[in-house]
Amino acid sequence: MIAPLKPDLITVNIDGKEIAVPKGTNAIEAARLVGVDVPYYCYHPKLSVVGNCRMCLIEIGMPAVDPATKTPIMDPATGKQKINWIPRPQIGCATNASPGLHIRTNTAQIKDCREGVMEFLLVNHPLDCPICDQAGECKLQEQSTGYGRGYSRYVEQKNFKPKRTQLGPRVMLDDERCILCSRCIRFCKEVVKDDVLGFIDRGSYSTLTCFPGKALENNYSLNTVDICPVGALTSTDFRFKMRVWFLKQTNSIDTESSVGANTVVWSREGVIYRITPRPNDGVNDTWMADTGRELFKAVRAPNRLTAVKLDGLDTSLEVALNSAGAILKAAGRTVALVGSGRSSVEEHSLARKLAETLGASTHMVSRIGEGDRMLISGDRNPNVRGALVVGLIKKLPTEKLTALGGAIDTGAVTVVVSLGEDLHAAGLTAAQLAKVKIIYLGTHADTTTKAAQVVVPTLTVFEKSGTLVNQQFRLQKFAKCVPGPAGATDDLAVLAKLVVTAGGTATLGDLPNVWASLATTVAGLAAISYATLPDTGLLLDSTPFASLPFCEGETFHYQPAATTATMKV
Amino acid sequence: MSAAISSSMNLKPATLLRIDEVITHYPVKRSATLPLLHLIQEDVGYISEEAITWVATKLELQPINVYEVVTFYPMFRQKPIGRRHIKVCRTLSCALLGGYKTCEAFEHAFNTHRGEISPDGEVTIEFVECLASCGTAPVVLIDDDLHENVDVAKAKKLSDQIKSEASQRR
Repeated sequence: MIAPLKPDLITVNIDGKEIAVPKGTNAIEAARLVGVDVPYYCYHPKLSVVGNCRMCLIEIGMPAVDPATKTPIMDPATGKQKINWIPRPQIGCATNASPGLHIRTNTAQIKDCREGVMEFLLVNHPLDCPICDQAGECKLQEQSTGYGRGYSRYVEQKNFKPKRTQLGPRVMLDDERCILCSRCIRFCKEVVKDDVLGFIDRGSYSTLTCFPGKALENNYSLNTVDICPVGALTSTDFRFKMRVWFLKQTNSIDTESSVGANTVVWSREGVIYRITPRPNDGVNDTWMADTGRELFKAVRAPNRLTAVKLDGLDTSLEVALNSAGAILKAAGRTVALVGSGRSSVEEHSLARKLAETLGASTHMVSRIGEGDRMLISGDRNPNVRGALVVGLIKKLPTEKLTALGGAIDTGAVTVVVSLGEDLHAAGLTAAQLAKVKIIYLGTHADTTTKAAQVVVPTLTVFEKSGTLVNQQFRLQKFAKCVPGPAGATDDLAVLAKLVVTAGGTATLGDLPNVWASLATTVAGLAAISYATLPDTGLLLDSTPFASLPFCEGETFHYQPAATTATMKV
Repeated sequence: MSAAISSSMNLKPATLLRIDEVITHYPVKRSATLPLLHLIQEDVGYISEEAITWVATKLELQPINVYEVVTFYPMFRQKPIGRRHIKVCRTLSCALLGGYKTCEAFEHAFNTHRGEISPDGEVTIEFVECLASCGTAPVVLIDDDLHENVDVAKAKKLSDQIKSEASQRR
């Protein structure tokens, strides 16, 4: 292991405050470190610097030295080295920290510059904040309050431009609001490598557009909406739905693949309105895929399970679980448990406990898709590694439950417990499903729930808390955003009761208790608890599983083991 | 594929040769965008969407990159024009000395409006900014030839000349 090089620290002076930063640090970032706000629109830490909004103007200067002798020139008034200030303002985003750099952001000239830039940006900007989706999270609003002049001198006619151009299936453009920062163009070009956006025409007529016949339709298009500093790009899904200041933000994890992109779920009064990415430089930077933003629609899907069923009839949870316990006890050691790669680490651990109580065989269904080399990996199950870590499964899941099907045919399995997996879709025939008794814990109705003897509705990832282990073996937590529907019960509570009714030792099905037991029973999880897990996750030791042939290809911040091996050679 | 597009644009073989040669003048292909657009406009008369796509493919760019350039410069045309391009100066000196009347005389002679192709397809008249010959105002640029002191009478003469050339060609 090579120790990371210590960054080359240098001292810069920002508004009189000295700070040591790595050489080359962006002036805006350096100012942020000393608590000085340099306003900007076009700059984005993850994109290239273009410097076209001019909002981040600062004064910069360097310590004076005598050109001939290179000796410092002292200022007799202060006794310190004289600073040669550049008379004109410079843009902060294109200024990199060099030794002795001095920055001023609080002078009259800079105040004047900011007011001037704001005034020009607002010249053709419509005053439609009251109907604008960006209101409340709009940089233009915030910075005209913070750095603007406070009143308008503009009496001329404003430019009229198209108000609703559909740039792609999920992104709508309001041209009048666009301040031409070009973040969206750079994002598409640099991050997605799908260079479809551009500015046509010029001056006040400049318009963001795609080439005729092309559209902004890549699976990352909604990130342009996130990075748009104004309300020019809006999501067709979220548009006009809700004011952002009414929404509650809850940290969550994108469950569409094993990348585990960090997300924020925005909800109000138990209804989810949108999902946006949460910055995590170890996982998803500041991006996420469009497909992951639609997952919340499953919460209110028409086929959502909301009633506990016993042999097709509504019943109470108590009755259903007692019957399930009776079925499991009667089956002896002919029970099979089908876990789900979508369950949380905590659910995996209780599932393992249930399987151990019953002496049941454990199975899991894989979901393999094509990785996009960005933020969707080939493994569409978000938590297969969690099942490995807690020991629910020993080898990687299979696409079809062929072994389980065989065991059902021979009569070696007479009861199947499914934790939300559609057994029919996983390769079991209708005849095989009819041959066994099925206990189903899940969220949505499918072929298996129709065939099941006991159906217990449980919660989606948005309605419960827990943890997932992503492809990097990073343990990440998600929190409950909205309450579950009436009739659905927390998975952990159901599993814990099922363990008891099946004859196992009593456990409490809540996060602190599950984690207390995980810390003592699973070596890799000692000294970890849900409450203390950092928001950016925690990397677990992956060496015990290094020999498993994981299916993921390369994505952001992930190199498959095979590739790293070849890279070492 | 690019060959198919170039054939539908009907670029002359000489233009194609010039295009391939011009690309070699620059360290990066992208820099040849402007010269290529000029060559195509000289040859075909305007820059169509397929021409933009063709240039983009040729220079290993995305069509939007070329589209941005084409729309930035007003002298790149995205629609065909008439056989001759008449540019009448509208800026101060010419305007003071009757540039507006000159323009109207041309419009009247060819029964058309500025910016449009005349019904006979012979000319497109444009009322443009300064042609840099203020001393001999009003001036008119017909294709590449500058005509000085063009009053209404001279405009008529020039129009007749164009018309007679056109009838001879028929």
